[in-house]
Amino acid sequence: MFLKKRAREVAEVPQAGMADIAFLLLIFFLVVTTIDVDTGIGMQLPPPPDPDQEPPPILERNLMNILVNAQGLILINEEPASLGQVQQLVMDFVDNENRAQDPNLSQSPRQAIVSIKTDRQTPYEIYINMLDEVIGSYRQLRNEAAQREFGITYREYSNRVSREDDIIREMYPRNISLAEPDPGS
Amino acid sequence: MSKFQKKQANTKQQVPTAAMPDIIFMLLIFFMVVTVLREVELQVRVDFTRAENIEKIEQKRLVSYIYIGPEIMGGGQYGDTRVQIDDALVDDIYAIRRLMYDKLMEEPRLIVSLRVDQQSEMGIVSDVKQELREAGTLRINYSTLREDGAVPM
Repeated sequence: MFLKKRAREVAEVPQAGMADIAFLLLIFFLVVTTIDVDTGIGMQLPPPPDPDQEPPPILERNLMNILVNAQGLILINEEPASLGQVQQLVMDFVDNENRAQDPNLSQSPRQAIVSIKTDRQTPYEIYINMLDEVIGSYRQLRNEAAQREFGITYREYSNRVSREDDIIREMYPRNISLAEPDPGS
Repeated sequence: MSKFQKKQANTKQQVPTAAMPDIIFMLLIFFMVVTVLREVELQVRVDFTRAENIEKIEQKRLVSYIYIGPEIMGGGQYGDTRVQIDDALVDDIYAIRRLMYDKLMEEPRLIVSLRVDQQSEMGIVSDVKQELREAGTLRINYSTLREDGAVPM
């Protein structure tokens, strides 16, 4: 009699509820997940200055000074400018070798340095708008160069080659100097 | 006519559901892998600014955030501009140097994402930047949103 009972026992776990448990976990992770992509302006900071070493000499014509004050007013090489003009001015300055060949602007894109300086009171937003314009003009230059050399946009080009082989990047290096802000008034 | 009816009656009307848990598990595993469960509670207000020429950060695991903005006092009130790293406000700005240096030792390819409120003044941002230079964390990213009509880089 006892033997008979034992033989009837089924050694299986019920699996009908498994899908429900999986669904529950799935919904939890669905709700928790945020697939937002981090976007922003990438920059490389210079290493801290060495007190024993003098900064390398820079010809004045190779340096473009952009000053932005707390009200968002812009001075480029001592002359007032508006935000809309910045992109064209930076492009003329950096690519002077292939454009106007003005003796007051840079010798070559590789030697050109764009320096952005703000007041301590300048709102971050104004500073980012300025940086955005400068980066935009470098992008435009790289785009034009890629079109000229390879007939494709710079984005397509940079997807095809590695960072080390990127000759367009080498042609137009982003030499942006972010100067320490003035104490301001 | 009766022939057709017979044929129809023979077909099975049920969708096989045996593989459903497998599909669900596959989705589940995908979301588990994608999820990053490390959100900090913000103690400062960060209203992002917008820019056109932006790039994506591909490797999210390398990113460490620094928040700069007016401190949230509760009741819709905002205090002075403060710096927040991870879950805590930083009182001494010179402490950032050591904090970030320790993070750099853990992850040599560290990218520091600066999430700055658009109304903050450049003075404090610059101070933080100087500290980052001293710490050796030189790869930074000014976090901005995409402006309408912007083209990806």
